[in-house]
Amino acid sequence: MPDKRGDTPQLEKSQNPKVSWDQGEALQIIAQCASLKGGLMEALHGLQQAFGFIPAESHALLAEGFNLSEAEVYGVKSFYHDFTSAPKGQHVIQICQAEACQALGSRALTNYAQNQLGITLGQTSPDGQFTLEAVYCLGNCGVSPNITMDGKPYGRMSEARFDSLLKKAAL
Amino acid sequence: MTDLVTLYVPLETTALSMGADELVLALMKEAASRGHDIEIIRNGSWGMSWLEPLVEVVTARGRIAYGNVSSSDAAGLFDAGFLAGGDHALCQGLTTEIPYLKNQDRLTFARCGLIDALSLDDYQASGGFAGLGVALKMTAQQIVDQVTQSGLRGRGGAAFPTGIKWHTVLTTPADQKYICCNADEGDSGTFADRILMEGDPYSLIEGMIIAGLAVGANEGYIYLRSEYPLCKEILGEALVNARSQGWLGKNIQGSGKDFDIEIRMGAGSYVCGEETAMLESLEGKRGMVRAKPPLPAIEGLFGQPTVVNNVLSLASVPIIMARGADYYQDFGMGRSRGTIAFQLAGNIKRGGLVEKAFGISLRELVADYGGGTHSDLPLKAVQVGGPLGAYLSEDDLDLPMDYEAFSEAGAVMGHGGIVVFDHTADMAQQAKFAFEFCAVESCGKCTPCRIGAVRGAELMAKIQAGENREDNLNLMKDLCEVMETGSLCAMGGMTPIPVLSALKHWPNDFKADFKIGDGK
Repeated sequence: MPDKRGDTPQLEKSQNPKVSWDQGEALQIIAQCASLKGGLMEALHGLQQAFGFIPAESHALLAEGFNLSEAEVYGVKSFYHDFTSAPKGQHVIQICQAEACQALGSRALTNYAQNQLGITLGQTSPDGQFTLEAVYCLGNCGVSPNITMDGKPYGRMSEARFDSLLKKAAL
Repeated sequence: MTDLVTLYVPLETTALSMGADELVLALMKEAASRGHDIEIIRNGSWGMSWLEPLVEVVTARGRIAYGNVSSSDAAGLFDAGFLAGGDHALCQGLTTEIPYLKNQDRLTFARCGLIDALSLDDYQASGGFAGLGVALKMTAQQIVDQVTQSGLRGRGGAAFPTGIKWHTVLTTPADQKYICCNADEGDSGTFADRILMEGDPYSLIEGMIIAGLAVGANEGYIYLRSEYPLCKEILGEALVNARSQGWLGKNIQGSGKDFDIEIRMGAGSYVCGEETAMLESLEGKRGMVRAKPPLPAIEGLFGQPTVVNNVLSLASVPIIMARGADYYQDFGMGRSRGTIAFQLAGNIKRGGLVEKAFGISLRELVADYGGGTHSDLPLKAVQVGGPLGAYLSEDDLDLPMDYEAFSEAGAVMGHGGIVVFDHTADMAQQAKFAFEFCAVESCGKCTPCRIGAVRGAELMAKIQAGENREDNLNLMKDLCEVMETGSLCAMGGMTPIPVLSALKHWPNDFKADFKIGDGK
């Protein structure tokens, strides 16, 4: 496998799309998933990826596409942590809150991150720059504590490294 | 230009999280500026997390490893002549001679780290598809018998005999059956499934094909947690490659048998690792646990007979078929046969993956392999088996890693995760967290779990504040009994295990005047 990630190691400017509602695109995503067995989850993933959240406008379209009620669609969407109802910040930071990271100071790291950004877990900074999220295990527990920023994993996170990541992201 | 030298740098989550991509660029730049001709192969990880990124140089003596290399070390490595295996502070010697790796029993993980994960040539050159070759010459019943005789038990945590599950699916008549791989590895302190999927995806694919042959299923799903995006990328590419070479799809290798696999992504829900919740999620619904019976083997995905197996159970099948049931079941102790992948995590010096035959002691894993705590402070607690597993103390470390021995001690081995805490841990806080986690992740179907978790966290807050301590402790024990006996699945049913084990070993932590570091 010739180094397919090697060409983009630098922090991506933003992974979080800022796309306004596009009914045509939503319908296309839904149509692609409607023929899959149990395709509603795939459709929700597709919408979340395209719009950065799952716009309320899509509920009726999903209901139509999967022959469900809007309540059923909302029920599935609201069950899963990954599917969100509002846009996120330009940079999304996830901090692991599970035991292996707790054992190496993730609680203190979380407090530090919250103070630096002036927001708590689950919030987006008022300038729309950063969203801070809790995550329960990134499966990288040999090098705790762990965070991800814009989808990229960072192990052995420290306050100093966290600050340098914030600085890079703000450039 | 000099002779071409081959290097390995893992394309694996831990290595990436410690700067492997930046390192690859630095090595290439340094090589170019010095006129050295190098090629860098991106392998999987050997599982020695504490050494990542691990650079290996192919020399006449074998693959020489340099551990914990950062991009700022590149120039120094070239200065030390590492392309010829030269000595350097980061040099670990021959990879296969590193004691952590050398002393393992690598069966399921034999190829992880060794090969380019996506190369079908590498896979076959190292014994890949030999098991499938054997299975294709057998009847379905013969395959099931081999797996039963091997003694393989579910590696997801429940340890149910795999062969018996397969037998049920085989003997349940239906027009459509399914193989579902549970790759929703959500337990904190576990990452073995991820290392396998990133480092040797074809072994999982091969195991799923064999499972399909064994029970008469032609469709497979891998339910992958969304926290593992690199697995999705690598598995996705592996499926395309396997299909293009006739290992998946119609008429596999001219055998007349069909089998294909789709990846489906989870969406951040822990309880979807429970098999019936996973099936609901695969059907595109809320991940609500189903009551059992009916068993998934009889009425599973879309109501059809379904094999639900963990990644490692399925990936262990090829070697069982290739080497025979006896070979596999010669490893282990008691009714725990074969090997299991332990994962050393948390506050530990040498975190990583250790595949060993059952029967090794927890102390050997934590002290000998793990090297003790990362902080060098005294060890206080070890949580084995994920967030629903017991907290064990220093006194319990001589327990042999065996399903029955753990069960007798009131603990669970689960998926083999071992999380170490040093003496700064507050075990009452950990007990409270067990309830809080259950409250966040409960599917909400049964009352003991949905409400019990919330009440448990509230009680713990009162206990920690010293409010009616004795009464609230008794109430919490009552609540634990209700959750244990009245919950529909392990989420609510096992949350009391970490809570009560913490209380048993460290009662002082549950007092209002407890100060961190007071505990033994």
